[in-house]
Amino acid sequence: MHNRRNLYIGVILCAMVLLAALVSFFWTPYNVTELNIAEKFKSPGMPYLLGTDHFGRDILSMLMVGARMSIAVALIAVGIGILFGVPLGLFAAARANTLVEEVIMRGNDLVFAFPALLIAIMITAVFGPGAVNAIIAIGIFNIPVFARLSRAAALSLWQRDFVLSARVSGKSGLRISVEHILPNLLNLLLVQGTIQFSLGVLAEAALSYVGLGAQPPVPSWGRMLAESQTFFSIASHVVIFPGLAIVLTVLGLNLLGDGLRDYFDPRLRQSSWNSTS
Amino acid sequence: MIRFIARRVVSLALTLVVASAIIFLALEVVPGDPASIMLGVNAQPDTIAALKEELGLNVSRPARYFNWVAGMLHGDFGISYTYRTPVRDMIADRILISLPLAVYALLLSTAIAFPAGILAATRRGAVADVSIMGSTQLGIAIPNFWFAIILVAVFAIKLQWFPAGGFPGWQDGFIGGIKALTLPAVALALPQASILARVMRSSLLDTLGEDYIRTARAKGLTTRQSLWRHALRNALIPVLTIIGLQFSFLLAGAIIVENVFYLPGLGRLIFQGITQRDLIVVESVVMLLVFAVVMVTFIVDVAYAAVDPRLRKR
Repeated sequence: MHNRRNLYIGVILCAMVLLAALVSFFWTPYNVTELNIAEKFKSPGMPYLLGTDHFGRDILSMLMVGARMSIAVALIAVGIGILFGVPLGLFAAARANTLVEEVIMRGNDLVFAFPALLIAIMITAVFGPGAVNAIIAIGIFNIPVFARLSRAAALSLWQRDFVLSARVSGKSGLRISVEHILPNLLNLLLVQGTIQFSLGVLAEAALSYVGLGAQPPVPSWGRMLAESQTFFSIASHVVIFPGLAIVLTVLGLNLLGDGLRDYFDPRLRQSSWNSTS
Repeated sequence: MIRFIARRVVSLALTLVVASAIIFLALEVVPGDPASIMLGVNAQPDTIAALKEELGLNVSRPARYFNWVAGMLHGDFGISYTYRTPVRDMIADRILISLPLAVYALLLSTAIAFPAGILAATRRGAVADVSIMGSTQLGIAIPNFWFAIILVAVFAIKLQWFPAGGFPGWQDGFIGGIKALTLPAVALALPQASILARVMRSSLLDTLGEDYIRTARAKGLTTRQSLWRHALRNALIPVLTIIGLQFSFLLAGAIIVENVFYLPGLGRLIFQGITQRDLIVVESVVMLLVFAVVMVTFIVDVAYAAVDPRLRKR
């Protein structure tokens, strides 16, 4: 049971964040767009559980609504990565040692040469800041991650006997990739997807912190920090709680990823989170 | 080995060519013509034409691309649309902050990660291991800009050990410069150190399980001796790759952290360029950063192949 500890903590943390985001669609303790200057910088407690910010907005309500943005951006960005990256990787593996594979893999290296934030900054320089552009930027960076992962895993699967027998029975490379290779990749993709999800949450927070992500008045955790950082000495809770929300979400996702990997493949238990950022 | 390097150089050159084309094209899409933006709405057509000629904007798109690339190869990054000063000079000023910051952060992260990773691997399963691994989970999850804000609040505002932001300039003394870069470097180093410590630990655990370590122990070396003489060296290979990769994350992460500390580095320069539509600055700085990342990857690759002949076949 000890080995499932990561998994359980991860599931609980992620479920809390997801629940907060879902509940915020129906109910938040206070209205997040209503300014109430008389109530500004109230300390955590009652009636504002996590206190209020410089406009008197309830921080808990803002965090709940902000969770939506974090989840939406990171989820779609991971989706883009899987949607484009996995077929590219499978295709490269099916055409191993050909020019096609070489082109795909060099293309991956090219994208990797641009740090994710640089892609985001360039996109916002061209198309202007906004949540959609943040999603595209983080998504583009996810493509080579999934392409490399699925190519590497698919290459070893192509050596296996069940693939050989599928080839003998006359299946095409495409059918083998879809029917035999892909189902065997699902666990790996789920684990990597969780880790990329956590990186996406961090990237979204960073982008909205520098003003390149979601635009006001949509609450986002990164922008809450940007707006409140100068008030740290007056009311530290306005800075502490949005940061904690990010930390707990990312921590939850990473633990979930680690836990899932152990769950799917106990042999890998010793090795840990690495080289995936 | 020479063939390997030659192939790598070709692929390096190709990457840079494609990257520069992408950067150039991406920023060509931006609406608005820099010359008219610089001169404002009331500018005469002939003034605009003259400025266009001065900036080299009056030629065709491919010609502009070649001029840009050829200029960069000569160290000429064009002229800022906003300040009318050479971009090269702007970059030269800023790089004296960004580069030391990245190196400082890299040194810090290595200095923290190595002992932590080695300790965790050698005390596997013990309290030291569990607490180090727990801290690294936390370190990875903490956004560096939030950590930076808290560092400022504690060490700059409350304790007043370090400045809260800005940069005094190297001419005012080395110590002042280092003091100004310390909090940003710590903020940048935290997640990197966490990742590196985990890589160090798992890589060392892998090598400690190898047959040659058993041989080393069997021939009479102590655990400590076999660790320092045999295991550590072999465990360093994946660790060095990650350090190489981290350089690019440090450069990119610096863009955010420079904003927290109002450090006039390359990151601030990019943001300034975006808000002022000074695209030649954005273009050139992005290209420079991509160049740095690609070069570091290249050097790491070649260094490996020099150490490990098996890698040359790839």
